Amino acid sequence: MLGTGVTGFLTDSTLCIGCKACEVACKEWNDVPDDGFVWSGLSYDNTLALGHSTYRHVKFVEREPVAGCGGNSGQQVTWEFSSDVCRHCGNAGCLEACPTGSIVRTEFGSVFVQPDICNGCGYCVVSCPFGVIDRRPDDGRAFKCTFCYDRQKAGAEPACAKACPTGSILFGRVDDLEAAADRRIAQLHANGMNDAAIWNPKETSVGGTHAFFIVRGDPRNYNLPPDPQVPTMLLKQSWSAAAVAAGAIVGASLLAFAFGSRRNAKA
Amino acid sequence: MRRPDPTSEKRLEELREQAALGRVDASGIRPVGSPFPETPSYYGLPIVKPPVWTWEVPLYFFAGGAAGASSVIALTAQLTGASESLVRDARWIAAIGAAASGPLLILDLGRPERFLNMLRVFKPQSAMSVGAWTLTLFGSASSSAVIAEMLGMKRIGDAAAFVAALSGLVMATYTGVLIGATAIPVWSKHARTLPIHFGASALASATALLTLRGHDDTALNTLGLAAAAFETYTGVEIESDRTIDSEPLRHGLTGITTRIGGFFSGPLPLALRLLGISSKRARRAAAASALLGSLITRIAWVEAGKASAADPRPLLRPAQQKV
Repeated sequence: MLGTGVTGFLTDSTLCIGCKACEVACKEWNDVPDDGFVWSGLSYDNTLALGHSTYRHVKFVEREPVAGCGGNSGQQVTWEFSSDVCRHCGNAGCLEACPTGSIVRTEFGSVFVQPDICNGCGYCVVSCPFGVIDRRPDDGRAFKCTFCYDRQKAGAEPACAKACPTGSILFGRVDDLEAAADRRIAQLHANGMNDAAIWNPKETSVGGTHAFFIVRGDPRNYNLPPDPQVPTMLLKQSWSAAAVAAGAIVGASLLAFAFGSRRNAKA
Repeated sequence: MRRPDPTSEKRLEELREQAALGRVDASGIRPVGSPFPETPSYYGLPIVKPPVWTWEVPLYFFAGGAAGASSVIALTAQLTGASESLVRDARWIAAIGAAASGPLLILDLGRPERFLNMLRVFKPQSAMSVGAWTLTLFGSASSSAVIAEMLGMKRIGDAAAFVAALSGLVMATYTGVLIGATAIPVWSKHARTLPIHFGASALASATALLTLRGHDDTALNTLGLAAAAFETYTGVEIESDRTIDSEPLRHGLTGITTRIGGFFSGPLPLALRLLGISSKRARRAAAASALLGSLITRIAWVEAGKASAADPRPLLRPAQQKV
């Protein structure tokens, strides 16, 4: 669960200008290899998703504006940018799933993959409800945002937050950031941007995230799921089913053999 | 210069038809004012990552499941006084299946040389961790059972076979939990049914291997019949599931694979087993079909998971619409 005093990211899409300095800063500081040079044709987004070699990803969201909202005319395209990052979930699916204990919760509250322990089993990949962590094919291990654990250890802010020129990426203590997000929302609403909201799945089994976002309009336009679920929630029902199956296998084969051997004996 | 040809003209007509219906399915920007996709999403891009697992994993699900169920058959057959050769063969199938399972799982790791890290910790909340420890126990117990028997140490062999059967029950079913308790929509939707489905599939394949080995006990036919009947029911359940989460089980290549696996696991062996009450050839054909069906079914589920990860719609449903 989220503690107090732990650090987090507040990424404010209303301040993002889509410069991708965060992507570059992250790649440079963390020495992340390239993951292909594709021209997607989807707005100005040629990064497309977070992944094994992308820990920051700027989304370019084009959507139909709400007329009259924040000065929109209704005929214009709204073009919004939002820098995506690992959520560092309160209940992290990857951390729960990791069978080696490679993925740990750090003293900063973040979720960290220890590269010297990961054996590349790939179970974290299917356990992340946000598609963040992935296995690097040429390396064999799983990678994701480290929350600049090394920089935080040295008392510095993460590379992406430091490189952000507009204050769209704020780094700080989670409780401070939550207060800042509330103030920012009030300010945006006062300016007429009534469609601005905080995305932080506190009411779900994910239990809130250390990295949360301010977005305008439907968060689904940013691929932010409305009702994410940590897969461990399914364990109880699934193991119960396994117990039923195990009982049925034993019962069926005991019955079959008890009955079958009597028939064999008769024959 | 490009010349118009039948292909190019057909494509243009296709585009016109799609545009007339209000939606052009080709990739590219959807300009504002154009018909947007029904579910708001980020250009329809995936939300979760597809499984990175390759061919070793479904093969392991198959081999480990068959071995696990076989160890249970070995124990129950022994307890009910079935023939000694059946018990011995069932124990051997368990040991060989377990011996194949380890290398398959290790080969699938991104860093195979670090496979021992699986045993660094035990995490009950990770089905992968539970599975790694279970396989370790099952492998040791099932191989000990056959080795002890070869050395004439009957009591040790029996004790090992008992441990093998207990861990074998987990082997036969936990792979359903492993993929069920994930973020992949088609898998998590079936978290409650997959362990039973995989358990039945494991029982069918163990029964089939023993039948093909030449054992002709009535009990094996009964077990095969029960498993095939359950797999037929599973097939009906999958076909009648109309949710978007389960689309990969009905559409596209994964849908075809699921149906082929289902046919060889359910209706075909069911019919042959019913015939097989009087025909040995039909029983053997049913066994071969069930074995093939079990393997294809596991491949189909893993591939369906990959297809499911590409579809953001199930994960973008509002909370109250969750099924």
